[in-house]
Amino acid sequence: MIVKIENLTKSFHNRLVIDGLSLDVHAGDLIALIGPSGCGKSTFLRCINGLETVDSGTAQIFDTVLSSPLEIGHKEFQRRSFAVRQKVGMVFQSFNLFPHLTILENVMKAPLVVTKMSKVDAEIRAKELLSKVGLGDKAYHYPDQLSGGQQQRAAIARALAMSPQILLYDEPTSSLDPALVNEVLLVMKQLDQEGMTQIVVTHEMRFARDVADKIVFIEQGSIVEMGSPDQIFGNPKDERTKSFLRHFL
Amino acid sequence: MIKIFLIFILLASSSFAIAKDKPKLRWGADVESGAPYSYKSPENPDLVIGFEAEIVEALAKELGMEVEFVQNSWDGLIEGLIRGDYDIVVNGVEITADRAQVVHFSQPYYYTSESLAVRKSNTDITSLHDLKGKRVGTLDASLAQKILNQQPFQITTLGYDEEVLCYGDLILGRLDAVLLDEPIALYYAKPNVDLKLVGGPIGYMEYGIVTRFGNPEFDARIKKALDKLIQDGSIQKILERWNLWNTSTAKVWGQSPVPQTRPEAYEKYLETAWGKRTLLEKIKNYISFLPLLAKGAVMTLELSIISMALAMFLGLCAALSRLYGPAPLRWLSVTYVEVFRGTPLLIQLYLIFYGLPHVGISFDPFVAAVLGLGLNYGACEAENYRAGILSIPKSQMDASQALGMNWFQSLRHVILPQAIRVVIPPVTNDFIALLKDSSLVSVISMVELTTIYGQLASTYFDYLGLGILTACVYFVIGLPFVRLSRYFETQLTTSRSTPPKAVK
Repeated sequence: MIVKIENLTKSFHNRLVIDGLSLDVHAGDLIALIGPSGCGKSTFLRCINGLETVDSGTAQIFDTVLSSPLEIGHKEFQRRSFAVRQKVGMVFQSFNLFPHLTILENVMKAPLVVTKMSKVDAEIRAKELLSKVGLGDKAYHYPDQLSGGQQQRAAIARALAMSPQILLYDEPTSSLDPALVNEVLLVMKQLDQEGMTQIVVTHEMRFARDVADKIVFIEQGSIVEMGSPDQIFGNPKDERTKSFLRHFL
Repeated sequence: MIKIFLIFILLASSSFAIAKDKPKLRWGADVESGAPYSYKSPENPDLVIGFEAEIVEALAKELGMEVEFVQNSWDGLIEGLIRGDYDIVVNGVEITADRAQVVHFSQPYYYTSESLAVRKSNTDITSLHDLKGKRVGTLDASLAQKILNQQPFQITTLGYDEEVLCYGDLILGRLDAVLLDEPIALYYAKPNVDLKLVGGPIGYMEYGIVTRFGNPEFDARIKKALDKLIQDGSIQKILERWNLWNTSTAKVWGQSPVPQTRPEAYEKYLETAWGKRTLLEKIKNYISFLPLLAKGAVMTLELSIISMALAMFLGLCAALSRLYGPAPLRWLSVTYVEVFRGTPLLIQLYLIFYGLPHVGISFDPFVAAVLGLGLNYGACEAENYRAGILSIPKSQMDASQALGMNWFQSLRHVILPQAIRVVIPPVTNDFIALLKDSSLVSVISMVELTTIYGQLASTYFDYLGLGILTACVYFVIGLPFVRLSRYFETQLTTSRSTPPKAVK
């Protein structure tokens, strides 16, 4: 088990957003988090790499335990989050590429700055990654010259540049034109086959059903039902799960 | 880094104190007061001429010293003397009881009165009594103003700080009369075909050499030297050259009121300032001003660039403190911005240059100017940068941090490069504004472009032509920076409409 989340709770302005969530993740898993919008799924994901603080409970990623800054102090929380982010990458719904840099520079930036990789090595690695996601010929383009699907694939390449062992995806295809969704899902499928651990918040049910190892249905900040795709899609136990899935299938 | 910068500035701007045999007699005056007191020579704009310049020259010779002229605006003359920027003030300063409380006066070197000037066409004003209900212009805080205020009837008195502007307004019809010292009237009103002098001499005043309290030996030496120069007729000769020899002075010194020397300085002045010139000669004249204006422009640029660098540094520190710092630093930043943005630059300059010495901190005029401009504009820059940084979506910080960059790396590599593009237009704006605001430093005895303009304009009584010329110089020196900023904007723009050329 490489990620162990225990009883995670988080509130925003006195509103409970995550209500005692617990989850185990094993190496190589692709976990799909599904559920109605605005129910804490994104927040939950952001607690895993420390972009959001935890109110109570813990999130253990490898050896690092992220708990509330009130317990361990803000400085310690920052330090631990920083350690986590060296091994955990994130892909955002709105891509968040750096607009002032070319795609190649985007991918090279973190290795150059954080791990102090040499420029030559960083460039070779970046070009490899861009080829891998099918953007080899777009290296010198700027983000605003690319389509949505291309930008998201570039974002994945950028996250991969830091050689993460886990990738978090926050609704990676929700802002995309339906025609462009597939190219991104293909990359994620490929990574899964290569053994990458991925936690994906998504509304793409077919993808979740085909590729995920575990489906987690979250509503109102807590896990309603969890199981294999066959279990959740074929034989949902909870009424809420049934009524949610009715929208899709 | 800033310390080295400031030390460099101090060294660069301090006067080169080459060891000379003679000690310096530092003389403070406002060259913008114009003729005949002290003004820039039309032929050699580096030279200060006038009857007072000659008196000071003679005085220095008598004392075995060398004259060092220090320019300061009329408002700050006494203050500057008390501060110690110079040792004597000789600039048509009337000996009054009020002034004698704060500074020391020598015996008078000239006795004169006020003159009343009106438009040539005027027929109803011939004396002081005719000023009832009229609009009369004069110099602020002068004896003339006092006289007008003391009249038993109502007069609308308008105080100016430039004598020559008074006469200008009189010609334009904004005033009905002008009451000013005889010498000024002789040089600016009498030669003017649109004006005439009416009535006899009004009031009585004495000009004295002004010194600080606390130097009785120095004052005694000045008294002795001045006495000698009066006795041997040197002062009389100087006054006669400038057509200023009058009955009042003759009476006190027991001499004949009939001048013995030709008023050559006066004639020369009439020729240069009032002589009829063809258009070609006028243009040639303007061209001859360019070197002097250029000198002023160099100082303006120097001041502006160094101040802007300071402002940008302070602004960035303040913006980052406000956005990311701990509570005390945030509070400090907000206070700095509100205080320096919310108070006038002029007052800040006065406080730094004239106020701080009272608590023991004294600055060279250049350093004070840079500090004043830098602190004031630093507050504006702080807000520019804060807006720029805030305009970058938080998601950029999320992405860079998710990649493992710490706060500093995110700022340096992702946020600030994007923010810079956003702030270039307002920062350029601020630089141009600073360039123009640099003209304010003339009040702390810095000589820059606007000071030169004032000096030339008052000498030649040509505010319009010279004004246009000076405005053009300001515009021209600002152009390269506008061009530079446009270059940066295009270079740093993030959107590309066409794909770049493929490399390798």
